[in-house]
Formats: sequence, structure tokens, C-alpha cells
Amino acid sequence: MIDFAGSDFFSEFWHYYVAAFTVLGILFSLWLLSSQTTKKLAEGEQAEMMAPTWDGDLQELNNPLPRWWMWMFYGLIFFGIGYLVLYPGMGKYAGTLGWTSFKEWKDDKDAVDAEFDKVMGPYKNQSIMAVAADPKAREMGQNLFMTYCSQCHGSSAQGGKGFPNLTDAQWLFGGTPEDIQASISGGRIAEMPPMGDAVGGEQGAKEVANYVLSLGGKPHDAALAAAGQAKFAACAGCHGENGKGMAAASFPDLTDDAWQYGGSESAIAQSIIKGRKGGMPAQSHASGGVLNDSKIHLLAAYVWGLGGGKQPAASAPAVVAAPASN
Amino acid sequence: MEATYNYKVVRQFAIMTVVWGIVGMLVGVILAAQLIWPTLTEALGPLAPYLSYGRIRPLHTNAVIFAFGGSALFATSLYVVQRTCQTRLLSDGLASFVFWGWQLVILLAAISLPMGLTTGKEYAELEWPIDLLITVVWVAYAVLFLGTIIIRKTKHIYVANWFFGAYIITIALLHLVNSAELPWALAGGSWLKSYSAYAGVHDAMVQWWYGHNAVGFFLTTAFLGMMYYFVPKQAGRPIFSYRLSIVHFWALNFIYMWAGPHHLLYTALPDWVQSLGMVFSLMLIAPSWGGMLNGIMTLSGAWHKLRTDPILKFLITALSFYGMSTFEGPMMSVKTVNALSHYTEWNIAHVHSGSLGWVAMISIGSLYHLIPRLFGREEMHSVKLINVHFWWSTIGVVLYIAAMWIAGVAQGLMWRATNADGTLTYSFAQSVAAMYPFYTIRLIGGVMFFAGMLLMAYNVWKTVAAGKAVNDARIPEAVAA
Repeated sequence: MIDFAGSDFFSEFWHYYVAAFTVLGILFSLWLLSSQTTKKLAEGEQAEMMAPTWDGDLQELNNPLPRWWMWMFYGLIFFGIGYLVLYPGMGKYAGTLGWTSFKEWKDDKDAVDAEFDKVMGPYKNQSIMAVAADPKAREMGQNLFMTYCSQCHGSSAQGGKGFPNLTDAQWLFGGTPEDIQASISGGRIAEMPPMGDAVGGEQGAKEVANYVLSLGGKPHDAALAAAGQAKFAACAGCHGENGKGMAAASFPDLTDDAWQYGGSESAIAQSIIKGRKGGMPAQSHASGGVLNDSKIHLLAAYVWGLGGGKQPAASAPAVVAAPASN
Repeated sequence: MEATYNYKVVRQFAIMTVVWGIVGMLVGVILAAQLIWPTLTEALGPLAPYLSYGRIRPLHTNAVIFAFGGSALFATSLYVVQRTCQTRLLSDGLASFVFWGWQLVILLAAISLPMGLTTGKEYAELEWPIDLLITVVWVAYAVLFLGTIIIRKTKHIYVANWFFGAYIITIALLHLVNSAELPWALAGGSWLKSYSAYAGVHDAMVQWWYGHNAVGFFLTTAFLGMMYYFVPKQAGRPIFSYRLSIVHFWALNFIYMWAGPHHLLYTALPDWVQSLGMVFSLMLIAPSWGGMLNGIMTLSGAWHKLRTDPILKFLITALSFYGMSTFEGPMMSVKTVNALSHYTEWNIAHVHSGSLGWVAMISIGSLYHLIPRLFGREEMHSVKLINVHFWWSTIGVVLYIAAMWIAGVAQGLMWRATNADGTLTYSFAQSVAAMYPFYTIRLIGGVMFFAGMLLMAYNVWKTVAAGKAVNDARIPEAVAA
């Protein structure tokens, strides 16, 4: 938690400067108002007409200040004085109530967190798959998703260009409960370097793009794909000879339908020429994010339950949530 | 040669007020439509970036505040100062320079803002070369106005000129301090980009000290100056209270200076600054209302004129909106209210009840009084059309602000609504979707106000066409006053 204990003033002088100007400012307002405070006009008495006339017919009466207005002004000044006694305002004088905006926020947040942890906390002890089967937990998960995740992944969780679809069974960083929880907690970064030079520029990229399409059995130009086959060697190091990627290292499968940056010939060529850099920010407190473990647990269960979640690997023990490696 | 008033510069600015009013409000209408149909201007292909929301939003605010409002203030202040000082302007050359200089500023703004050149400071978006030009033109204006007061033939300075004088001096101060910036070119970058001289929370505080006092002095004090001439003139009644004008003039100028921090409540701004901003904002109700009272009470004994005189309707309705928004503003600066209202459409409602209801309506009423006199006519071509304009404007503003009030409160409540499990009830996108009906009503209100300006343009055109520019308005003999 950030510590806000530091003083706003780097020298005593500014404290006195601010306090003095505040007091003088209020005294000035009081003096100004009282200097023009006069008696009400007597019954039938007419307001004095001031002597000067401008531009032919512009004149001024000199009525007393309207009473209600005058008392309102006095009242507002005294309200101001009272407020500045109770609350911070005059330099570093803290006010008799000891109020700070940070404390107000923290008290509010602590109270709210304590209240909500009573509801959310118990789910932390259940497995993610069990939580995903609980309708009440799913509802909470959806609300959390709408608040924290929908901005990128969409309210239907189907993503968009640059943002992965979370409802299919195709995962860049694994689809087991533990993988999803780790992605949310620690965030993920994925990067492909620009390969334009390696494949021979625009034309080469177009050829490789067609070859990539052919690997997935999608409509493509056979002649261009044939020309791109040899050039694909530059890509095979990561994506594999067969284009199926390397799931363990999070290198994407190019033969499926999950195209994060578009699956048209031109979109693939663009990805090849310019490279891509994508990332999801870390969400857990431990990684500098805003979500506590209870919320992440509920979110992981909700996302796992969207339809694409995979069973945990039976043979290997579940990977403990760890910050993403690059 | 007989001494005459300089009406030329007044005439130039008066006509341009109508022109820039139409331009600025048209941009506003486009923005309102974009909020309903976000892809509206995308069909324009290569032109689309120049009309994107983020670029024309500052174009709208600059056009209505500084082009429309500014021209109205130049026209009326230079007219009022001559007539109430019984002397011609200090210099005709300087007057011409102020007019053409200000038009150049507007033109450069209209080019640079759609190009995306901006400092990013609200109401001070124009880049540094234009800032320098503004400074030169403003100093010329100050010399022209204050110099004319110095050479006045009357003994006392008329109250309207106090307000105009305060606005001119304060705007100079605000502009110089807030626009202190370093051109990027000094570090080898672009000539068209600069960075603020202040950093972090200091920058924010300076910006909103500027921003709020731009509202306070450009849009309030100056237009009160306009009010103090045109209301008593049109009503044919003496001003209600000299004493009240003294208190509210000095209190307004003094207290406004403290109110800026209320734009930054619940931010990184230190608590003590926030408190001072709130306390003085609340005190500000009184001096603000002092001006409204002095204007409305001036009508004592002449209330019947409201039935027949649409110009007076404009002026008095403007004062009513002024009173309403200067009560609303201090309320919104109370921390607990601000926690709900901040960042919502409520702000847009508040701004437009001030800018359309007060600033535009007092200007329109004053121009309807002024323009016939500049063209040797008794009155506007059609008084009936003024009445129609009045009703279109009034209904337009009411639709606009009522829609935005409801939208703002709904937005604020949706953002803070929580479920029993502590999760937020609504996603942000849901609160956006809830805005559609209100955005539509707002667009209708805005179009009505805009259509009223077109009506005014027609009326002015017919008045000018049938009239003859007055260049020889005789200055009466100075009376001992």
C-alpha cells in the first residue's frame, strides 16, 4: 500500500503563507460585506438615486443590499470558517476531525472488502472446476468479468482483433484451471519479431501467408503457397515445420481458426512483415494489479467455464501460479 | 470636425459574433450526433480524421467561447466603453488590429485543432505560436479599452466598465501563467508542439486555476459587464443598487480566484487545496447572485415590458439561467455531491446552462439591441422573429440541460451501484448504452438552439441590407457628472 504520510509542504513558510492568506481572504470578505451593510429602507422611503448619468439615461439607485442575500452571504462565510476548523485547509493544520481523503477512501475500501470477502472468500478453498459448477459463483464471476475484463475481451468474452477469444478451446497460454489463473494473476506477454526481411519483403510475405493458409487447409493460392514453402523455414523455428506451433512455449498454432490478428491473406502478411506484440497486464496484488486472490479465483473459474476450459493434466502436478515468463 | 464614436470595430465584431456562433454551434451539433452515431463522419474517407470527435471537441469549445463569446465581448465592451465614457476609442488603428488579430487567432485555431495540434490543456489547447499571437492581441485590447477609460469625459467610471476591465486584466494574467510552455523545437523536435512548464499535480492545479477563472472572468465577469449596460438600457430603468454592485464586484473577483481546485476533488491534489476550493466555491454563490439580483431588480417597475419586448425576454431569461447555474456550480463543488457528479454528463448540463442559457442568451439579446443602432435602424427587421428565436432557444436549452441532468445522475448512480456480493452492477458499456435516449434529446435541443442562430442570421441580414452603416454617431457634450 502506498504511504501518503509525507507533508505537502517542504518548508514551514508555505504553511504559514497559505494559512495567513486563507484567514485574510475570509476577513476581507467579511469586511467587504459589512462595509456595505446598511439599515433597511423605512416604510415608504425611496432609495437614493446616485448623481452621475451615463450615455444619456443610465443611472443607479442605491438600494440597501437585499436582506436575504446579505444574510446568506454572512452565512456562507461562517460556514466556510466552520468547515476550515473541522477539515484540512489552512496550510498543514489538519482540522479537528482528522479527516483525509486517503483515510476516507481506505476506510470505505476496507469495510467493503471485509464485507465482500465474507461472500467471495469461501470459494477460494474449492477447486476452480468446482467453483465453475456453482451458479452463484458463476454469476459473481460474470459481474467481475464485466467490470475488469470486458473492456478488452468483450462482454461476451469472444475477444476482438488483438484480444483473444476466451470461449473457444484454443489457448495461447494453456486452458487448464491453473493456466488461466496464472494468466490472470501474472499477466502474459507474447511477441513475434518482424520477419519481412527474412521472407523476402512484401511478395515473400504474401507467399508465406498463402503457405500458412494451405497448412491449415484453408482457401489459398496454390502457386503462391508453393513459392512460400521454402521461405517458411524462417518461421518453422517457432511455429514448427507443420505450423502447429509449440504449445509449451506459447508459440501459436497457425493451422487452427484462432487468429488473434486476423486470418486473411493480407492480415497474415502484415503480421509477418511487421511482427506483433501483445500482452495482458497482471491483475493480482502481488504483481501490482488491483484484484485480490478471491476475485481472481472466481474469475479463473468463470473463464474456465465459458466452454473452452481444459481438464488439468492428470500426470503432471498442477503448475503453481507464477508470474509469466517472457 | 465633430467628435464621433468608432462604430466600425463594433460593427465588425457584432457581425462576426453571429457568424462564429453559427460555426461553433454547428460543430457542437455534429459532436452531439457523433455521440449517437459514432461512425457518422467515417464515410468522409480521407477527411474523416479531421472531423474525429477528439479533434473537433476542442474546436467546438474554442469556437463558442473565444470566437462567438469573444467577438460578442469585443463588440459590446468597445461599444459600451465609448458611450459611457463619452469619448472615441483611444486609437482606430489599434481597434483594427484587435479585430483582424483576433480573427487570425480564430482562423489558426480552426486549422490547427482539426489537424490534431493541441497542448492538451482544456480551453487552452492552442499551440504556442498562437498563444503568442493571443498575447499580443490581448495587450492591444487592454491598451485600447483601458486607454479609452483614461481619456474619458465622464467623471465616474460606469459599472459595466469595472467588469470589462477586471475581465481584460485577469484573462491576461491567466493566459500568461497557464500557457507557460516550452516549444519542443528547443530540444530538436517539432515547431508545432510544446510542453507545459509545470509538471504533475502542479500542472493540473495551474490548468484548473486557469480553467475555472476562464469561466469566471471570460464567461461571467465580462458578460456581467454586458448585462450592466444592456439590461438598464433596454428596460429604461436605473440599476437597482450601486451598493450591491460594489460588494458583488469585489467579492466575485476575489473569491473566484480560489475556486479552481473544485475541478480536482478526490484526485492527487492535496486535501487542504481541495477544501479551500470547496469552501470558496460555496461562498461564491453570494457574489454571483449579486449580479443576477442587480439585473433582475433593475426591472422593478418595468416588468410589463417583458410581455412585449423579446429582447428583454432574452436578457432576463439569461439572468435566470445565470442564477441557476451559479447555484448549481457551488453545489457540485461540495465533495459529497462531486463524488456523484464528477466525470458525468451532469457537468455537460451545468456547462451548457451557463454557456447557452446565460452567455449565448445575454449576447443574443444585447446584439438585437445593438445591431439596429449600428446600421441606422430603429429596430431589427423583424421583432416577431426575435420572439420566435427566443422560444426556440429557450426550449432548446431546457431540453438540452434536462436531458443531460438526468443522464448525468443516472450515469453517476450506475457507476456506483453494487450487487450484494460487492461486484459492480453495471459494466461501463452498459452505462454508455443507457445514454442513447438522453443523447437524442440533447441533439434535438442543440439543433433547436442552432436553428435559432440561423433565424438570427437571416434577421441580421435583412436589417443590415435595409440599413446603412453608421460611422458618424455624434458624441454628446460631456455632462458634468
